[in-house]
Order: sequence, then C-alpha cells, then structure tokens
Amino acid sequence: METGPIKVGILALQGGVAEHAGSLRRAGARPVAVRLPEHLDGLDALILPGGESTTIGKLAKRFGLLEPLRQFAAVRPVWGTCAGMILLARDIGADPPLLGVMDIGVRRNAFGRQADSFVTHLLVPEIEEGATRPFPAVFIRAPQLVAASGRARIIARLADGTPVAAREGRLLATAFHPEITEDDRFHRYFLKIISQAGETGPPETIRASSAGENR
Amino acid sequence: MTIEPTGNQTITDRETGTDIVKRGLAQMLKGGVIMDVVTPDQAVIAEQAGAVAVMALERVPADIRAHGGVARMSDPGLIREIMAAVSIPVMAKCRIGHFVEAQILEAIGVDYIDESEVLTPADERYHVAKHKFRIPFVCGCRNLGEALRRIGEGAAMIRTKGEAGTGDVVEAVRHARTVLGDIRRLQTLPEEELVAFAKEIGAPLELVRETRALGRLPVVNFAAGGIATPADAALMMQLGVDGVFVGSGIFKSDDPARRAKAIVEATAHFDNAEILAKVSENLGAPMTGINVSRLEAGERLAERGW
Repeated sequence: METGPIKVGILALQGGVAEHAGSLRRAGARPVAVRLPEHLDGLDALILPGGESTTIGKLAKRFGLLEPLRQFAAVRPVWGTCAGMILLARDIGADPPLLGVMDIGVRRNAFGRQADSFVTHLLVPEIEEGATRPFPAVFIRAPQLVAASGRARIIARLADGTPVAAREGRLLATAFHPEITEDDRFHRYFLKIISQAGETGPPETIRASSAGENR
Repeated sequence: MTIEPTGNQTITDRETGTDIVKRGLAQMLKGGVIMDVVTPDQAVIAEQAGAVAVMALERVPADIRAHGGVARMSDPGLIREIMAAVSIPVMAKCRIGHFVEAQILEAIGVDYIDESEVLTPADERYHVAKHKFRIPFVCGCRNLGEALRRIGEGAAMIRTKGEAGTGDVVEAVRHARTVLGDIRRLQTLPEEELVAFAKEIGAPLELVRETRALGRLPVVNFAAGGIATPADAALMMQLGVDGVFVGSGIFKSDDPARRAKAIVEATAHFDNAEILAKVSENLGAPMTGINVSRLEAGERLAERGW
C-alpha cells in the first residue's frame, strides 16, 4: 500500500457531502468527491451520504455508476448513512434495490415526516471499546432498518429496540447522520474497518474478485 | 430474520424540532433541485426527474404575477394531495408574517415552510417568530444582513430571492453574489470592527461572529428566483450556493419532464461543462420570461420582506 492518508471517496451526486468530508478530515483521512465511475480509481473506501435516495439513485443510474459502485462494494469498505443505507440494502420494499449489496431490509421514511425527525443518544459499544459516552444520533426523515440476515448484524438500537445501524464485514449502514454532529467516533470506527480490510489484504483487482458476484 | 426489540441501550428520549434536526433536513437537500408544482401529477413528474423536494402551490410565480390580486397560502387539501403523491419532502408557502398560515401548514405536516415574498405580505414590519415551530422554515434574502435576521428569527434554511416568475437569472446572481461577497468582506475584518459591521447590516452580532468563523452562512443557502435552464442552475452552483429552487422555469417550459431532469443533472455536475452541454441539448423552449429591468419597482417581489 502506498503511504499517506487513507483516501475515502464520498458519492457526491447530492446530499450531505461536505459534512462527511469535514468529519473525515478531522479523523485524519482524505475525502475525495465521486461523481463519475472513474473517480472511484485509487480509493481505499467509499461513503454513500445522506440525501434524497430517489435523486441519488436516479443520478447514479443515469451516469452509469450503479455497476461500478457494486463492484467497488464487493471488495472495499463502504458506509451508507440514511439514503446511503437505502442504496446498500438488498431489500427496500416495493421498489427494486439500488446497489443491493448488503443483507439488510430497510423502509424509506418509516420514522415519518420532518415533524417526526429527532435527535437521541445511543450507547454503541461497537464503535469504541468500553464506550460509556453516548453518541448523538440525528434521524432526519430516516429510513428504518427492518431486517438483517446472513452475515449482517445489528450494532446499534434505539431505547425501544428498533435497530438503527448494521455491519456486514466491510459494509456499514446507519439510519442516522453522524456527519452532522461534532462527534467523529463513527468516522474513526469506519477508518478502523478500512485499515483492518487493508491488513487482510485487498483483492488483486476489483474486476477479478467481483467476477463471482451474482450481480 | 426479523429483528426483535431488545431494548435499554439508549439513555435519553427523542427530541424533535431542535435546530440540528431542522437545519439537518436542508443539509440533506444540498446539491439538489426543489421544484414548484401545482398538482399531484406535476409533483410526480418532479420526483421522477430527481427533484429533492417539491414546493406545493396553487399557482407558480409567473401566474401569480400575471393574475395579480392577493396571493395567499395554498388550499390545505391541495397540499395534502401533493404530499400523498410523492415520497420526497414537500414544502409549502405562507405569507410573510402570517403566523396562522404557518400554524396551519405545521398542522398539515409539511416538511418545510417557506415564508415567502412571492405571496402578498401579511405584515409590513414583522416576520414570523420561527423558533416556536417544530417544522423548519426557509426564508428569502438579498444580502447577508437579511439572511442573518431571518436566521435570528429561526429560519433553518436560506434562499437568495432572485426575482420569482421572471425566468431572468440576473437578480438571483445579484443576490447570491451580494450574500457571498458580504461574507468574504466579513472574513477580512478585524475583531474590533464586528460590532459596527453587525450594526451596519442590521444583523445579530452572535450570528455575524458565527458566519465569520464558518466562512459561510450557518444554515444551508439555496438560490431561487429566475432559474430557467440547466446552465442557470450550474451558474448558481458555481457561484457557491448549496442548491437551487426552480419555480415557473419548469412547468412553464415546452417539455417540463425533460427540462426538470436536465436541471437536476446540471446541478449535480455543475462544474463539468461537457455534461452540461449534453444535458442542455434538445430541451424545447424555456419559459418565455420577463426581462427584470423592465419591471416597475412595485412589481419586484424581492423587495418584499426586510
């Protein structure tokens, strides 16, 4: 691996891109905007930000990004927040999945409209050993995580048990927005996933290792 | 596997209607296009084109201009129908200072309230006290002072006013340049000049300090008023706004679905001239438009609000 900061792409078609870039810089990584397939070259990982999932999905489709994003997710760490979680999910309800690379089921806007958007504080032991400091979780017209299967496991829940974050190997999904808070522990956690993925050795090329994928 | 609730991992309850939640929705709209629609069918066209939100109205600004008379909040029944037709956020307008229209829009459950100069003002002195509402507000501005006064009143999002219903982008450019230029000027000032600057522009000192530290408005800032083409949208984005409102420009053009899609693509790829050239092809005629310089002073909507 080349030296220098970890390069994390942010899908920059629409949404909370600058916020993720700010959190990544604070956590010591280098953010890179991704608007076209060629922008994925040389990235260590990718963030699919919050925004409007219909808008991001349509733009990704129109500019030929869906398949390159799937191939990228097959070999590199990817984190989806809110709309990004919808992009990752294999089951998004009535509509066909967008990337469909993570074994989770989500439902759009299941927490309600903007009047129901909320902030809460979660204890997430997964992101920090011995974590006792609650994480400020901001839910904005958020999608709900309704199922996790296969290797996907729930890593955070609301007080009533509702799951709100999941991990499946190098894939991470959160229904809330760590990037609009000052707390960058989730970004540091993602960087840890990236360095662990690096240690186990990235596949030779993206193309070779995604050949066996069923999409 | 369906997930069973297991409980007790959180320590506080949900807080709604806080600043971070209100401003947060606008942050998630960045890089997007918010489109005026007057029917559920138009709302669906906008959503299909990739709009990040729609503004539910009875008439687009160009028709408000043409019809004259008093322009008021839209029929709640129409707003509800539009909310039912799409899954993206729905905004609606109340008159400047008309806090009861705002209460009604909150009761309907719209996602954002636009306290808008496009409607006839209800109060010539005071805007709505917006902090009290659980629903966030977007307000228009022409300069930094006006933007910070609205944020001080509780606006969670700002849009530069431009001149609605004209299809002429000149005022949108003027207002965006003024706000962004005011911020650049503020950043060059030494600490001891801030109080005088705040007084000069009529803005709360704390917000002046915050803007200086951030190098941008403390809330998301879209452009509005006269954007009619993909190039107009990209122009505003390159000037430095966070996204665009397109009012009459879409549904007063020859081929709304196509133009809407092109404006969405141009906003996402605002700095890629090759893509802009491609998406601008064969869109049919844009709205005819009105040259802003020919408008009488009393016909300029941007001068409403203070």
